[in-house]
Amino acid sequence: MTRTRVAGLFVAVLFCAFGAWAFASGSRAGALAAQRSAGRRADGLAAWEQVYGVLTHPRCINCHTATDYPQQGDERRRHFANVVRGPDGHGVPGLNCASCHQESNADSTGVPGGHNWHLAPLSMKWQDANDRPLSSAAVCRAVTDRSKNHNMDGPKLLKHHEEEALVLWAWQPGRRPDGTLRETPPITHAEFVNATRRWVEAGTPCPAR
Amino acid sequence: MAKYQLNVNGERREVSVDPSTPLLWVLREDLKMTGTKFGCGISACGACTVHVAGVATRSCVLPIALLGERPVVTIEAVAQDPVGRAVQDAWVEKDVVQCGYCQSGQIMSAVALLKHTPKPTDTNIDESMGGNVCRCATYVRIREAVRAAAQKLK
Amino acid sequence: MTNSKTKVEAPRPDRRSFLRATATAAGGLLVSLYLNNAATAQEGVKPEQIPPQPKKEYPPDAFVRVTPDNKVVIQVNRLEFGQGVQTALPLILADELDADWSQVVAELAPAADVYKDPLFGIQMVGGSGSIAHSYQQYRELGAKTRAMLVAAAAARWNVAPDKCRTASSVVHGPAGQSLKYGELAAAAARQPVPKTVRLKEPSEFKLIGKKVKRLDSRAKCDGSLKFGIDLDLPGMLVAVVARPPVWGAKVKRFDDRAARAVEGVREVFEIPVTRGGTGVAVVADKFWPAKRARDLLKIEWDDAGVERADSAKLFEQYRQLARRAGLSAAARGDAKAIERVAPADLLVAEYEFPYLPHAPMEPLNTTVRFDGDAAEVWAGSQFQTLDHAAVAEVLSLKPERVTFHTEMAGGGFGRRAVPDSHVQRESAAIAKRFKGTPVKLVWSREDDIRGGYYRPMHVHRVEIGVGRDGLPDAWRHVVVGQSILAGTPFAMMMKDGVDNSAVEGVNDTHYAVPNFNVSVHHPQVNVPVLWWRSVGHTHSAFVMETLIEELATRAKMDPIAYRRRLIRPEPEAKKLLSALDLMDEKSAGWRNRLPKGHAVGFACHESFGTGVACAAEVSIRNKRPLIHRVTVAVNCGLAVNPLTVESQFQAGVGFGLSQLMAGGAITLKDGVVEQRNFDTYVPPYMPDAPVAVDVHIVPSADAPTGCGEPPVPVISPAIVNALTKLTGKRYRTLPLVAV
Repeated sequence: MTRTRVAGLFVAVLFCAFGAWAFASGSRAGALAAQRSAGRRADGLAAWEQVYGVLTHPRCINCHTATDYPQQGDERRRHFANVVRGPDGHGVPGLNCASCHQESNADSTGVPGGHNWHLAPLSMKWQDANDRPLSSAAVCRAVTDRSKNHNMDGPKLLKHHEEEALVLWAWQPGRRPDGTLRETPPITHAEFVNATRRWVEAGTPCPAR
Repeated sequence: MAKYQLNVNGERREVSVDPSTPLLWVLREDLKMTGTKFGCGISACGACTVHVAGVATRSCVLPIALLGERPVVTIEAVAQDPVGRAVQDAWVEKDVVQCGYCQSGQIMSAVALLKHTPKPTDTNIDESMGGNVCRCATYVRIREAVRAAAQKLK
Repeated sequence: MTNSKTKVEAPRPDRRSFLRATATAAGGLLVSLYLNNAATAQEGVKPEQIPPQPKKEYPPDAFVRVTPDNKVVIQVNRLEFGQGVQTALPLILADELDADWSQVVAELAPAADVYKDPLFGIQMVGGSGSIAHSYQQYRELGAKTRAMLVAAAAARWNVAPDKCRTASSVVHGPAGQSLKYGELAAAAARQPVPKTVRLKEPSEFKLIGKKVKRLDSRAKCDGSLKFGIDLDLPGMLVAVVARPPVWGAKVKRFDDRAARAVEGVREVFEIPVTRGGTGVAVVADKFWPAKRARDLLKIEWDDAGVERADSAKLFEQYRQLARRAGLSAAARGDAKAIERVAPADLLVAEYEFPYLPHAPMEPLNTTVRFDGDAAEVWAGSQFQTLDHAAVAEVLSLKPERVTFHTEMAGGGFGRRAVPDSHVQRESAAIAKRFKGTPVKLVWSREDDIRGGYYRPMHVHRVEIGVGRDGLPDAWRHVVVGQSILAGTPFAMMMKDGVDNSAVEGVNDTHYAVPNFNVSVHHPQVNVPVLWWRSVGHTHSAFVMETLIEELATRAKMDPIAYRRRLIRPEPEAKKLLSALDLMDEKSAGWRNRLPKGHAVGFACHESFGTGVACAAEVSIRNKRPLIHRVTVAVNCGLAVNPLTVESQFQAGVGFGLSQLMAGGAITLKDGVVEQRNFDTYVPPYMPDAPVAVDVHIVPSADAPTGCGEPPVPVISPAIVNALTKLTGKRYRTLPLVAV
């Protein structure tokens, strides 16, 4: 079902973007368009791999677990002190995410923070139950599945990556308790947005497997 | 140093401290309210738990600069409301404490639990209290006291 | 420092001088310990082994004060840190005094000769001896005080004292007269202290043996109780110390410019720290600036010639050592019998135990004010006599010029009973620079976790020859572990080089094995070690009780029946056997109807004169033991306060689980501790603890024995015995990283 929906989305985007031109140009032009779209898809997939590299970075994936707990640290260990997911990803009364994580980083005590700090829903898990990151294809399917992603289409995904506070936090992750700076994802936020844009413009293609 | 206006246990308090100072140390050393305890300093034991705008908060990792206008309630005043009173009484009734050093934090967590979940299951209790260390390990009696307080509040 | 011939590493060069200093410092005050109680000033000595003591007289006025408003204020002669002695000792005294319990106030006594433990000869808490040693003392104090009040009333009414009776802090006369204790206090103080006094018959007890709630409960629940770390004195400063990454290393040079720039910082200077090392003290007006400034220090350390201990290497060396006999700790029967056992009848088991930190919830701290010719100290101390002497020595004062207040402590588990008083020494060295100003030294949690004074790591190697009846016929047991006593003022308690605290629970086992041989190696390692609640029993009970259950399984016998058969039928085993019987009875109901996926494990062990048996119901969740229920039976003689006994056992088994936690170990790599705080050394949290613990006390009129430590040894083996039933695996390496 997921695959069908994604394919449908891909076709629709392709049609909107290139439909009129393709109709006017006849069959030769159609072949060219197909070639171009294949190139675009390849570029989109390459862009996706850059996006995937960010999503599976500890700053992002630590809160996209498949379990009832978040992770922490570059080694993605289980969050200390028995922190649990809770009914809505914000922990439980007495032990909420907000019990420690404020609206911004607390650099003097080494606790990261951002607006509405919480765990992504299980539908947005990017790891398996043994804390191993899912494959690029699987994460892509999850991210583009509107039944799972708060009904976000390509442009909304792009906006999410551009503006969402917890996404932005990954590039301003603050200091560890020992005063050193936390690692940031492998590319800059601008590069991430750019990659997302290319991927979205290519119709959010996903690797086959 | 910077000046901060705080609302602690319903009272306006002013302190002049470095912005990096955790709320815990403002309470303990500037306001001389030592019921809130220093256990680990990294939010891993819960001994420093207070309520910030109703949320059970580890005061050892909350820099005063990030507190803002939010009101703070500490162990010293938690019994001013019925849930806090019931929890504190249940703790005494069940003879929970041993060394007692963690119990301020335990009680603050339990109050937060019962305010949101008046009829907690054993799983609720384990999860909500799961971040509070009691090195004496009085956990059996803590569970009993939480259940007893819930019962009393029915 | 030990007489053992085995050495893993050469001793550090400066250790000798440190020890000499310690001996000088504590020598004067330790005279009574040496002369009177050489055999007893060691954790783990059973009360029945304690030789009869010369009868001491204790002045009641040092222990009990009746105020005009009828309050009875009772001095507790030892530290309260959770074990309940601040309630138990007053209730013993109040019972004989016939005091109104609601009017009793307990206070922790300062350091003074009169408050020394009657048997140990120093003021201390340890060896689960508080009630065992002070039961008689506090009863007599109560009875004598009562007699003086009665004498005062009788004199006033001009009647015979034996015509008066007392109840609830009131003396009643034969003609219906009555006077409150408060009204008689002044007159009673002028009465002579009776030489002898009649003590109550057990049937007359009103408090002893009843479930009495703690006196400190409310204050510990409303934030009003002041622990040592809560002390706030006018003008007080706060100090933290940057200590070397390896014990014994010294400051080569340090740059404190950034540290001194932190607002509130008063002074930054070098001080001596434990094991001949030095550190940098930062003193500020409050904790946070002191801590921030410490983080900004740039220190270069000189660790030339300092041994760098390494857990992995040590275990390898310990395993090698365990393959040959050490110093003899027990020898019965034929030592060669084990060598004649056929391979099919031989069970060989090797166990590994890591270093363990105590990590009491209240971080270590001490406040000292040095006034030039006098000083005042505030400390949650398990060893007042030694810590008092240490401060006096550092400040070059006579001990009588140093007032030492005992502060309520947030846990300890042995960590506040430190023979070298290193926390108090640091504290005094810092305060010496601030004449007239109190300075509170605070250890952060990181300081505590990385600071040493751990339960020593151990290797046990056991070879057992199983007889035709399935019972062990030959048993050769080698223990390897640092001596806790060696190099301390308590070293004289060692006999022929053997530190009994490493082998207790093995060499004094109640299990009857005809050919039984125990020996021990005490390697020297540059890691300070200390007693950890229940000391040697933390590891010895684990070894003994997992092996006994394994032997029972091998013999296809019921594990309880197997134990009963193997325990020597002698009076000394009475407490253990009665506890085993009671546990059997009380757990039968549930353990024979276990849900699928659940198993029961057993353990029984005697320590500190108290017999304990437990049954634990366990399943596995997320690769961890989930403990559904624990039934504990205990014979501690007369249970002075059964409520405290119950609490101590309910929670003490939880504390005992510390050593099963996946993150429940201290490890060293190249000399440096790998753990930092509760994120990396992980103690048991609520989800790790048993869901329910039911405690059953064997009715007894015997002299009371301790309950602080005896809960700890039984739980780990019981859990692991259950896990083995579920997985078929043997667990001989702690902590339990994987089930």
